[in-house]
Amino acid sequence: MTTSRTTSRDSIFSSIRRSLGVRGDERIRQGIVAERLERAPKGVIPARGQIDQAGRLALMIEKLEGVQASVARLAGYDEVPAAIADYLRANNLPATIRRGEDPRFGGLPWEETALEVSIGRSQGQDLNAVSHAEAGIAETGTLVLLSGSENPTTLNFLPDNHIVVLNAADLVGDLEQVWARVRKRYGKGEMPRTLNCITGPSRSGDIEQTILLGAHGPRRLHVLVVGG
Amino acid sequence: MSGTPTTRDFKANASRAIANTQLTGNLKAVRQNFIDKRAKAVHALPEFEALRESGKEIKNHTLAHLDLYLEAYEKKVVETGGHVHFAADAAEARAIALDICRKVGAKTVTKGKSMITEEVGLNAYLEANGVIPVETDLGEYIIQLRGEAPSHIIAPAVHLNKNQIEGDFRRVHTHLDPGRDLTEKTSLLTEARGVLRESFLAADVGITGANFLIAETGTSVIVTNEGNGDLTQILPRVHIVFASIEKVVPTLEDASQILRLLARSATGQEMSVYTTFSTGPRRPGDPDGPEEYHVVILDNGRSAMLGGEFQDMLRCIRCAACMNHCPVYHQIGGHAYGWIYPGPMGAVLTPSLIGVDEAGHLPNASTFCGRCESVCPMKIPLPKMMRHWREREFERHLNPAVARHGLGFWAFFAKRPRLYALGARIAMKGMALLGRGKGSFKSLPGLSAWTKYRDFAVPEGETFQAKWARARKG
Repeated sequence: MTTSRTTSRDSIFSSIRRSLGVRGDERIRQGIVAERLERAPKGVIPARGQIDQAGRLALMIEKLEGVQASVARLAGYDEVPAAIADYLRANNLPATIRRGEDPRFGGLPWEETALEVSIGRSQGQDLNAVSHAEAGIAETGTLVLLSGSENPTTLNFLPDNHIVVLNAADLVGDLEQVWARVRKRYGKGEMPRTLNCITGPSRSGDIEQTILLGAHGPRRLHVLVVGG
Repeated sequence: MSGTPTTRDFKANASRAIANTQLTGNLKAVRQNFIDKRAKAVHALPEFEALRESGKEIKNHTLAHLDLYLEAYEKKVVETGGHVHFAADAAEARAIALDICRKVGAKTVTKGKSMITEEVGLNAYLEANGVIPVETDLGEYIIQLRGEAPSHIIAPAVHLNKNQIEGDFRRVHTHLDPGRDLTEKTSLLTEARGVLRESFLAADVGITGANFLIAETGTSVIVTNEGNGDLTQILPRVHIVFASIEKVVPTLEDASQILRLLARSATGQEMSVYTTFSTGPRRPGDPDGPEEYHVVILDNGRSAMLGGEFQDMLRCIRCAACMNHCPVYHQIGGHAYGWIYPGPMGAVLTPSLIGVDEAGHLPNASTFCGRCESVCPMKIPLPKMMRHWREREFERHLNPAVARHGLGFWAFFAKRPRLYALGARIAMKGMALLGRGKGSFKSLPGLSAWTKYRDFAVPEGETFQAKWARARKG
């Protein structure tokens, strides 16, 4: 860091403190901030998502369809490969699929389908990809995906068709419940490198305010709900 | 793209805009779309008002402790392997970005939508220094092709129609078949998708803005519908986040509260398609993501707004609801305002950032109808703050002599109620006499600027106060 930047940092903090009429070392203020960061109080949580599991699943599906995602329900993980093959065939898409190293995909009967499966991040050549969601948020029909080799972030954005597997047991009512899960997994104050909240396929309204699907990210979003 | 502000020419800009029928036609989309969609989304969430109050409190709390939350945020970013750069002004922010680009030998930079980079004029600066910036948000891409500034903070090309966009694509995408059909909006979108996909994959550095910086985790958050921001930040080797000091919030929960307000107020969506939380650079074992993660935090006049009558403006989350509901914006669009931030939020923010002597016209461009404040998710008292700017303009003798003397003349009578009532009685009688037999005056001496556009109803001969007094006695 150069001297001038250190100076800018200092001058910005002095200016903030001068305007607020504070010094920055007040115990009370520091205590208030530390407490809030530690306690992370929840605010207003919409009642909409505070329902039982069956209600959450119904709401999730309704919300997904409301944002132009499609949904199929499966009884178990074994049905995932065939469901992917069916979806691709129904949409006249090539029987190829790119996935990450998620162990939940590992032992599935891929060979019982005609799917050509490859594993790893995308470099931009993959037409279809499948990811496993960390959670689904019923309140808004949002899928939560975490970065890493299990489900590379590039698979969420580069392919034209994105299929996401959501375990019904991972359905939550609201975003705040996702934070509880993330803290349990990574620790308080820690986050994965990238956490994507995805609500429908890519779209743009920049041409005359008309909503068109498939702007830069996937043109289609298909969700396979396992169980529930 | 910020260039030199033309805020001083606001009156001429506005007159030109109103006379431009193509522009006013294109702007109808703002009135028709945004207002209805927001109203439906707000109606569908019973907790919306409670969330507004919650969002306002979060921002007020954060601003009151801004120094400490910024320190906490910075500490966390550094812990996760990222770099934080503080920029006092636009020049410094530009220099920091160029420096990072040069260190990695960057030739092209992709950009997600960021008003802060517009504010500091980043694109022109990078270009002048041999680094090519490519805007990737469809609207931003279109206006970059035209060499224009955004005319709206979330719909930068809202002033254009599809024929104009087709013309630009044909002019610039000369490597494509000139006989191609671009009559459908989807073909324009598909063409932009194809062209920009190459840029995404080729870029050395990706620059995005941030809707939030989260102190608890050192996370930056972007919200998009196209996915361009994500491709901008996960593909290149380096990700630079541009944000201003007031973007920090304490925790993930606080960001979640405001997210519920943001998309509904902006586009009427419950959630935007992509809300992305980014923390530090790529980690061991990660197959993708940037190797370097930098955050440039800009002040540029904001710290001086704290603790004063314009502090509330720092709660703004850039949703654009105020301009979407503004009758003045509906008529003139964003470019007439002469700088980066148009509409009511611009009328308050611009004088704070570039000075009331430069931007004094903007707070006057208001009917004070109050719709902006009524739809603001952060409950920012925009009309009140525009009045503060008008007072300052008056105090500093920045408005024209006629307006100042006119106000002084009026104030003389307003402070003397008896004299005022007497004057009004005489004027009403006189005008009633003059206008006997006709319903309205087509012109009045000294008031031609007013009567040019509307007729003045002939008074009935008695003032309201007199009538009121009589009725009470009666």
